[in-house]
Amino acid sequence: MTIPPLTGTITVAVPVERAFRVFTESINTWWPAEYHIGGVDMAEAIMEPRAGGRWYEKGVDGSECDWGRVLTWEPPSRLVVTWQINGQWQFDPDPEHASEIEVRFTADGAEHTTVELEHRLIERLVAGEAIRDALISGGSWSAMLELFAKAC
Amino acid sequence: METYGDASLGLLGDPTRRAIFELLARQPSSVGELARQLPISRPAVSQHLRVLKEGGLVVSRAEGTRRVYQLNPAGVRALRAYLDRIWDTALTSFQKTAESDDLEQEQQ
Repeated sequence: MTIPPLTGTITVAVPVERAFRVFTESINTWWPAEYHIGGVDMAEAIMEPRAGGRWYEKGVDGSECDWGRVLTWEPPSRLVVTWQINGQWQFDPDPEHASEIEVRFTADGAEHTTVELEHRLIERLVAGEAIRDALISGGSWSAMLELFAKAC
Repeated sequence: METYGDASLGLLGDPTRRAIFELLARQPSSVGELARQLPISRPAVSQHLRVLKEGGLVVSRAEGTRRVYQLNPAGVRALRAYLDRIWDTALTSFQKTAESDDLEQEQQ
């Protein structure tokens, strides 16, 4: 089974270098609060600035939950990260079980940047029964992340 | 957020349908429960639910005398639409932050 990738495009009124920097180094400043893990406040979302780096969440108690890995690090134009969670909401190191998020940053003049995002290989997540269960019970994104947090 | 390439996501292009979808993502609900949380009538809620059902995003089941609506668990489109909403929210937030002059201060 294959699920068509999700795509989204947004234009920001900043130079491409800044757009890339904010998206990666400053992910903690923009990641929406409602997608934080409930129960345990998130102190920081962190993306290590290199291919092979981790993309993870650090709680106020210092605990860390991996979300995925940086596959491609090409500042300021391209970023690919994985979101790899198995059916038990644990980090799964097998790249065959990871969905991928590619983000492309294209300068549109000196002061604007087009950001294109593609979330693909979603079918690898669907194999995780936990997601289906969460949807059946009406689980929110927070609830899903709580499951993930417990598994960490 | 400006564009999406998939017609099925047009189902969530309507703000009221999107609100209903997000309420159901949090909790399966009846028409009456949804109507209480929205500024529209029960018939209007029913109308939107019918569109969401026909689009495969939502299913309903009988629970006693109530009819309860929930996201379609067998529908990968529901999951896909759900993730899509997350990225919509996240990218909009990213845009605001990136264009904010206060960012450097916030980081300190």
